Formats: sequence, C-alpha cells, structure tokens
Amino acid sequence: MTLRVALAGNPNCGKTALFNALTGSRQKVANYPGVTVERKEGSVKTASGLTISVLDLPGTYSLDAHTPDEAIARDVILGKLSTEAPPRILVVVADVTNLERNLGLLLELKSLGKPVVLVLNMMDLAIRRGIDVDVQALSKELGVTVIPTVAVKRTGIPELLQHLEKEFHAPAEEVIVREWKKSSPDDVRARFAEVDRILKKCTRKVGQPEIWTDKIDHVVLHPVYGTTLLLGVLALMFQAIFTWAKIPQEWIQEGLGWLGAAVGTHMPDGALKSLLADGIISGVGAVLVFLPQILLLFLFILFLEDSGYMSRAAFLMDRLMGKVGLNGRAFIPLLSSYACAIPGIMATRTIENKRDRMTTILVAPLTTCSARLPVYSLLIAAFIPNTSVLGFLKLQGLVMLGLYLGGIIAALVMAVIFKKTLFKGAKPQLLMELPTYKWPSLRGITLGLLERSKLFVRRAGTVILSLSVILWFLASYPHAPEGATEPAIRYSYAGKIGGAIEPFLKPLGFDWRISVALIPGFAAREVMVGALATVYAVEAKESETAAALGPILAKNWSLATALSLLVWYILACQCLSTLAVTRRETNSWRWPIFMLVYMTTLAYVASFVTYRLALWAGWG
Amino acid sequence: MNLRKLGELKKGMRGLIKRIDDSSSEFSRRLLEMGLIEGSTVEIVHEAPFGGDPIALRVRGSLVALRRNEANRIEVEV
Repeated sequence: MTLRVALAGNPNCGKTALFNALTGSRQKVANYPGVTVERKEGSVKTASGLTISVLDLPGTYSLDAHTPDEAIARDVILGKLSTEAPPRILVVVADVTNLERNLGLLLELKSLGKPVVLVLNMMDLAIRRGIDVDVQALSKELGVTVIPTVAVKRTGIPELLQHLEKEFHAPAEEVIVREWKKSSPDDVRARFAEVDRILKKCTRKVGQPEIWTDKIDHVVLHPVYGTTLLLGVLALMFQAIFTWAKIPQEWIQEGLGWLGAAVGTHMPDGALKSLLADGIISGVGAVLVFLPQILLLFLFILFLEDSGYMSRAAFLMDRLMGKVGLNGRAFIPLLSSYACAIPGIMATRTIENKRDRMTTILVAPLTTCSARLPVYSLLIAAFIPNTSVLGFLKLQGLVMLGLYLGGIIAALVMAVIFKKTLFKGAKPQLLMELPTYKWPSLRGITLGLLERSKLFVRRAGTVILSLSVILWFLASYPHAPEGATEPAIRYSYAGKIGGAIEPFLKPLGFDWRISVALIPGFAAREVMVGALATVYAVEAKESETAAALGPILAKNWSLATALSLLVWYILACQCLSTLAVTRRETNSWRWPIFMLVYMTTLAYVASFVTYRLALWAGWG
Repeated sequence: MNLRKLGELKKGMRGLIKRIDDSSSEFSRRLLEMGLIEGSTVEIVHEAPFGGDPIALRVRGSLVALRRNEANRIEVEV
C-alpha cells in the first residue's frame, strides 16, 4: 500500500530540508520526461508499515507558472501531467517567520478542493525571534490541519507522518476538485487581504525582525567590503579547485596507473588488453580525474546556495552582467565554467529566464576550463621564451593570462551577439528573493554532493566509456603493416581521418600530426597531449610526457602554428561531455549541434587570422 | 505625502504601495505574487554598489531584489 503525497511551497521555505528529513537517502533524482526540470522523489515507511511516497515539487509562489519548474509544480498538483499520478494529499510547506507571503499559496491550493495539510516550518527561528502564532486558531481559520516542524532537526516529522497515515485510512470523503483557472490580479490581491485578516486573528506576538540577516547584509552588500568579500570567495574557490583538488586527483591518477599496470602485467598481450589499458582505463580515467574538482566546486556552490549568499552574489554582479544582456544569476554558472563547463551548465538551472539561460549555456564552454590547462602549459613552455617584461612580469605568465582573458572576452562578446540575435526579447528582468541567511545543514550538503557525483560518474560510466572504446578502436585499427616506417597511428582509421581533414586544417598551420591528435582531442581537450605523444612516438611516462614532448614540438612546429593552435584551444568546442550535458539540459540535439558549429566556426576563423598574422610577422 | 515612483527612492526610504502599472502583465503579476501589492509597506534596504542599481526591498516580511527600471512600475506614497 502506498500513499502518494507532494510537497509544495514558496522557494526558500525549507521544503527540501523537510523532504530530506522525511526520506533521508531514499531519494531518486531524475528529470520529468521531456523537460529539464528535476524530479525528486523519495519514500518513507511508517511504523505501521504504510509506504508514503513523497514528491518534492519545485518551489513556487503561485500556480500562475512563470518558469518551466513552476509549470511542472502546477501540472502535478492539478493532475495534468500524464506521466505522474496525481498526489492524494498536498503538503504545503510554509516558513513560519514569513507567513505574510507564504500563506498565499496555501489559500490558492486549498481552493482547489484537494486534501491539504499545512506544515509550519522553521519553528525554532520563530521562537528565537519571539514570534508566536496560535496554531489551533490558524488551523480553524484556514480549515486545514497545521503541523509545526523544525525540518533540519526532524522535530514534528513523526506528527506529520501520523497525520498522513490517519488521512490515508480515513474513509474517502467525497472530494470535489474544482476546476483551476488562472487568477486575476484582483484574485491575488484578495488572497493577500485574506492572509492579513487571518494572521491578525492568529498572531499572538509579531516578534522581532530578523536582525542577523540585516547585519550581515550591511557587510555583504557594502560597496567596498561586499566587493572584497566576493573577490575573496572567488579566490578561495579557485584556490580550492586548482590546488586542494590536486591531492585527491593524484590519488585517482595513481589508482588508475596501478590498475593499468596490473592489466599490463597480468593479461596476455592482445586486443583485449589494449582495449582495457589504452581504451577504457585511460579514457574513463581522463574524465574521472576531474571528479575532485567538480565535487569541490559543487561543495562551494551548495554552501553558497544554501546559506543564502548566492543571491547576494547575483545582486552584486547584476549591473556588470546586465551590460552583456544577462542578469546577475548568470555569474556563478559562468564562473563555475572556469573549472569545468559541465557543472557550469548544470548550474544555469537557477536562471529563470529561458533566453538568459540558453545564452549562458551556449557561452559557458568558452571560458577557460581546467582541461585546457595541460595543453596551454605544454605549448607555452615549448614556444614562449620566459623573458621578463617591464622587469617583474614573466612573458609566459602574461601569455597564460592572455589566454584566460581571451576566453572570457569571447564568452561576453558572444553573449551580447546571442542576446541581440537568437534570443532577442524584452530587456532581461531581475526579480529575486534574497533569503534569510541560514547555516547550511550538513545533511543537505552531503545529499546534494552525493546526487551530483552519482550523475557525473554515471555519465563517465556510459557515454564516455563508449566513446573511449570507439576512439581506441579508431586509433588502433587497422594495425601498421610489416616494416612500417611511420608511427602506427598513421595507418589507423584515426590516421586516415586525420589525413582526410588535413587539407581543411592546413590553412591554420596544422599538419597531419596535429590533425590526428585533434581527433581524440575532440572528445576531451587534455587527451590531445597524450595523443601528440603517441603521434610523435614519445616513449615516456605520463608525468614526463609534457617535459619530453615540449622540445620535440619546438623543433617541429613554427611559432605561428603554436599560436594558431592556442587560439584554436581557446575557442573550439572539444568536449563531448559538454555537448552531452547541453543535450540533457536543453532537451534537444539542436543546441549541442549549434554549439559545436558556432564554436568550431569561430575557432577556425580566429586561428586562420592568427596564423596569417603570425606568418606576416615573420614567425613562420 | 507625495506620490513617487519606487525606483526613484533612495536607500532607507519607505513608502506605501498605491498602484502597480499594467498589473496583468507577466512581470507585474510576478510582483503581486511576491507580495508587492497595494497597501503593503516597502522599504529600500540595500542598493547595489556602483550606481545603486539593483535595489533590495523589504516587503511583507521578505527581501526582494529588482532593478530600478522595473521598480518604476510601482507607485508609492512616501
């Protein structure tokens, strides 16, 4: 026997905390079919053996859906979603310290005629502030059962379960479900007037206003301190992603190295061994290595989001982002893309406006992700002399900085272009709540991180695994003929494809070797370093590859070719995972294909211009 | 007592919402749902650095951020 209930409530009312308290780790996260709205469901078994399945609906202020998330919440509540059985009971969650606004949704839902129960969450905060609401009177006025809770401390959860169980066993009342119609502005006004009337009757003490949020905001939103703090947070994030992540990344690398060595010594030579070692372990490994960075980034994002800081960052950055036609909410996804475009694109979910969200997704892969770093380091070390500029700056560092700037400038310029063409529309608007600051709960963050890593590992285990196998096959077959003089890869399918695309890449200064290396590099940027090593037949351990490869490249390539390849790396879309996640987030193949085409065109033109200019400067 | 556009108010000023322009438009409906309705008191609590835009308002127990341009849809009595 299963009872289906759904949690509804305003954003920031503690709905997810209640969901976590109810279901713990028995949660399943997926997407609603056909849309990118996250569907969170979990279950809980009561003492008497009744299974309650709980659906955590996206937060919404009313049923007048303005975003895809809100539309889903509305459709589930109204039973209009064909893939979702309508919930039998609606659990409306309200932040007890903000009933003035939170009760509006309850009144709207109650008017539908479905069984509704109201959860007054965050009772502890109400008590601390001296807010005293007469729960019984409120229940009488509203005509629904009211259950006070502190979701993060699990207070009130048993009472809620007991009530749901009682409701389940109660003889089915004749439920008159009234037809829902979009409320007029006057309906909204009337609802709030009713809320005011009820609260006047049921509030025993208004309590103190929340002072901490105000105090914190005076620092966080201060022109000088606030900006400094934001820069500090960003610096810390980068520090974490680039240095702290190194240690676990090395463990993963060592583990994979050990695994590869084990395969190498214990398996007989042959296709299977090559597939395992060169295909699967190195392919999936190249992606798994990023897991620590992605987890750290999400740890930061979850912490900033749950504490309430994230919307302050958006508030601070809104004016700057507004200059390129986006709103402040695009800031964090773009910033995250510096580590990796995948979590960056996933983080665009917080952008309400669809046009803004699409623009952000499309430009996110232009920011300099960490996968470009190995290639940048290799080429800079090989081609850029480490001379001093102005006495204290090193030329190599300046070039690196230039590459990073090149990425962000390209992203901002493209954002302007997309907003003026593809996603033309009314000026972007900003309307967001700045929630009360909260200390994030360990439970919420842990569950959030688990969810993200599951998503990432699942993808590495499916999409990337199969691609690695395909690439391995292309690079290994057919074998080099007897007495071959050139590296084996030259005779493989990959070599043939490289040869076939060479004429197209020649104008950019790329020979067949670079063309061949670009093929696996298309799947994941950093793989190109290894691929170049294969092409130039460098016999060296992974860690020494770059060091050994540098001088060889310096001898074989002109400076013009190197510069052209660097520009190519800033702009080209060489990441299958990014395309896969774009497909998932936009729910259509159209956008990943568009992304691939526009970025490749951009890269081609820019590399061509760079190459010609460099030749003209005499760097050929 | 005089009527002003909400977007013209400075930090620390309060007003009583008198009218919302174009109240059936998508954006204005959103304002209503977030509690920006006639009769609610609003206070400008924060201004973003560099130009003072966007602004953060306290209304019906919550803190809401929007740009001055959009805040101008709301007429308040100061």
